[in-house]
Amino acid sequence: MSERGITVNKPYERLSREEIKMIDRASLDLLEKPGVLCYHEESVNLLEEAGATAKKTREGEHDAWWVSIPEKVVKGALSTAPSKVTLGARNPENQVVLDAEGKRVHFGSGSETNYWLEVKPETFVSKEDNREVVFPVMTRKRGNLDYLVRSAHLAEQLENLDFFIRNVNVQDEDITTGNKDVNVFFAALNNITKPVVSGVADYGQLENVVKMAEIIAGGREELVKNPIVSFITSVIKSPLQIVAETAEKLIAIAKLGLPVVISTSPQGGSTAPIDEIGMVAQVNAEALAGITINQLANPGAPVIYGAVPVRARMDDLHDMYGVPEFCHYNMDCAQMARYYKVPCYSTAGVGDAKVPGIQAAIEKMYTYSAVPFAAPGLVHYAFGLLDKTQTFCPEQAVLDNHKIGMVKFLYRESGVSEESVERTKKIVEEVMHSPYRMYARYARGMLRRGEIFGGFPFEGESEDQDQTLLKVHEKLKALEAAEPQHLAEEQCRKIFSEIPGLLPRLNPYKEDK
Amino acid sequence: MSNELIEKIVDSVLQGRRNKDDEGIEEGMAGEPGVAELVREALDSGIETNDILLNGLSRGMELVGEKYETGEYFIPDMLTAAEAVEAGMEIMEPHLVKEGTAGGKGKVIMATVEKDLHDIGKNLVSIMLKGAGFTVVDLGIDVPAKRIVEAVEEEGAGLVGLSALLNTTMSNMGEVVKELESKGLRDKVKVIIGGAPTSEDFAREIGADSYGKDAFAAIREAEKLLK
Ligand code: B12
Repeated sequence: MSERGITVNKPYERLSREEIKMIDRASLDLLEKPGVLCYHEESVNLLEEAGATAKKTREGEHDAWWVSIPEKVVKGALSTAPSKVTLGARNPENQVVLDAEGKRVHFGSGSETNYWLEVKPETFVSKEDNREVVFPVMTRKRGNLDYLVRSAHLAEQLENLDFFIRNVNVQDEDITTGNKDVNVFFAALNNITKPVVSGVADYGQLENVVKMAEIIAGGREELVKNPIVSFITSVIKSPLQIVAETAEKLIAIAKLGLPVVISTSPQGGSTAPIDEIGMVAQVNAEALAGITINQLANPGAPVIYGAVPVRARMDDLHDMYGVPEFCHYNMDCAQMARYYKVPCYSTAGVGDAKVPGIQAAIEKMYTYSAVPFAAPGLVHYAFGLLDKTQTFCPEQAVLDNHKIGMVKFLYRESGVSEESVERTKKIVEEVMHSPYRMYARYARGMLRRGEIFGGFPFEGESEDQDQTLLKVHEKLKALEAAEPQHLAEEQCRKIFSEIPGLLPRLNPYKEDK
Repeated sequence: MSNELIEKIVDSVLQGRRNKDDEGIEEGMAGEPGVAELVREALDSGIETNDILLNGLSRGMELVGEKYETGEYFIPDMLTAAEAVEAGMEIMEPHLVKEGTAGGKGKVIMATVEKDLHDIGKNLVSIMLKGAGFTVVDLGIDVPAKRIVEAVEEEGAGLVGLSALLNTTMSNMGEVVKELESKGLRDKVKVIIGGAPTSEDFAREIGADSYGKDAFAAIREAEKLLK
């Protein structure tokens, strides 16, 4: 069995049992009245068949239905949703096993930033005293396939990264709507042996993506057993609207029996209430609506409660991540998902800061230490994200990998037991009768077993300059030098001959042909 | 045969095992002979003290130092190894005295000065000096200048190491130097100081011979001063 992730033994419970029930009640009431505004006829039909009532309306150019979903429909769907979901992986040892009633937390990347931030050390001469100083110079580059390949390869190396959501958007000239999905899925799958979780941009390509995954997994059945790809569908447009195109994908994925994250991301202050109860009642209702459609389409299909509630910045209505409200919203949602016994997909570690540095460190460490403590099964957006998810910086991802290591260590068990108490008494007695009364000798075993935290690995030598980023840059170079874990030549040959639209430059074996 | 014993001594120093009861860096070693037992066995089987000292204990400690430099060992490993060397030296002591070579690299008096109770750093220095082959007489904490100077006389030490962690007590280091002068001992004994608030400049100011920023500097400086 996979040992990925970390167990949070006593998850933090911000909400009391009564409060959970009140939010549940509020969400169910909202789903009934005003109900959801659904733009997808097939979803409306599914909901109506199950007992919902729908009233047709017109929203601009589109048909839409006000759907009132009664409690029994939602609870019925929840009763078929499995509490255990496995995210498969090319290397089965890297599978992520989610259990809504368990306490294991996994960290992953995400999600399609437009920019890649490059860090390059350059030497400067001070005008004051002609001193030479090396500073990291940063440049923002547009995302492309090469960067995506690099980030997937890096994600393979980061020991605290448990699942991969692609983190750079590809904007190459030869990428079109028609070939994007197959290429980005291939770029990921060909470079990482951990679970790949992703959205699909074009419904028309879902079939090809699944076919590619089948070739790698060894067939449809094998893929369902070890789903090396899982999907994310942003089926909700907050507040409470169901988007036609995504709902279509959601239903198709449900029928395939592959895991899917119902992701809804309301912004407190604009598309959802900003106060905690308001936000959580709405985002919870939205997640429940998505789960309901998924389960009606295929009862028992693996589904994940994905809530990404964020707060609005009051000066420009951009998302804001490194703030207390964000933690409150997300910790509450983790509890709600646990209450429904559906695995939870949550968020921590996004920097609002544009570049790595003090602001980013404060914001990231803040949410890393809070949200995972509520024990959601998945924590995404956790690696390298800056500028409120606009920018991915690989150096930042390396730093974040370390921070997550710190967080994981924090949740370790105390180690108090009858045996350890006896050992302690013996050691104290021994030390009290030794010449210098020092405990250093007894630290060694723990040191060797990795039970003593290693400290900050990127500490500089300078007395008057922060060299962290320079050190991280060196580490990144070393990680990037690792041999990539490509698919086998035979698999690549098959994929390139059977899947249309793949760019030959992505084929690692093309020279041999 | 003798080589094998010496190698075992080196290994036990690397493992930081004073005697058979100690665990090593690797677990499951308790019960096997440690440095004390091995040194005794070596002496009993007629191996020369010099051989045990240089190729066993000192060599072991050198290797420990190398491992520390490369990041394989940490301070607890160094301290434990130094304690193991010390355990071996205790067994050697009567033999060295008989041969007239007691004292190894020289004798050092260590003390934290009057009114100062900090001793973690001072202990580290003492243990490491012992591990490096010096004989250390550690007077403890809060030691008045008079007592330190008495000990220098009694022990015939070549070096005094003073530690202070408070800027209110560091001036007491100067008192020790003055006391040595007034007792006419200043040219017979070297003085080295250390501790966070002290510095090379401060050492010069109070007329000490040297300053050590950490335990490794302490060993380096002590080797120079007692040459
Ligand atoms: C631990 C500690 C204590 C412990 C001491 C326990 C013990 N067994 O030693 C206790 C709690 C008792 C304590 C008490 C006090 N402490 Co205190 N304490 C410290 C602390 C946190 C760590 C010191 C330490 O052990 N460092 C680790 C060792 C390994 O480092 P080190 O001592 O510097 O030694 C290394 C080198 O300096 C060198 N070295 C040391 N000695 C020698 C000697 C020679 C010859 C050589 C060559 C080298 C050498 O080698 C060592 C190994 O690398 C320091 C903070 C700090 N950052 O230093 C404050 C500190 C020293 N304490 C301080 C204070 C103010 C006090 C108290 C007055 C507090 C109070 N109000 O009660 C009391 C004073 C008690 C007294 N009369 O001495 C201040 C001193 C400020 C100043 N500059 O004067 C400090 C700096 C904390 C602070 N920032 O305010 N303290």
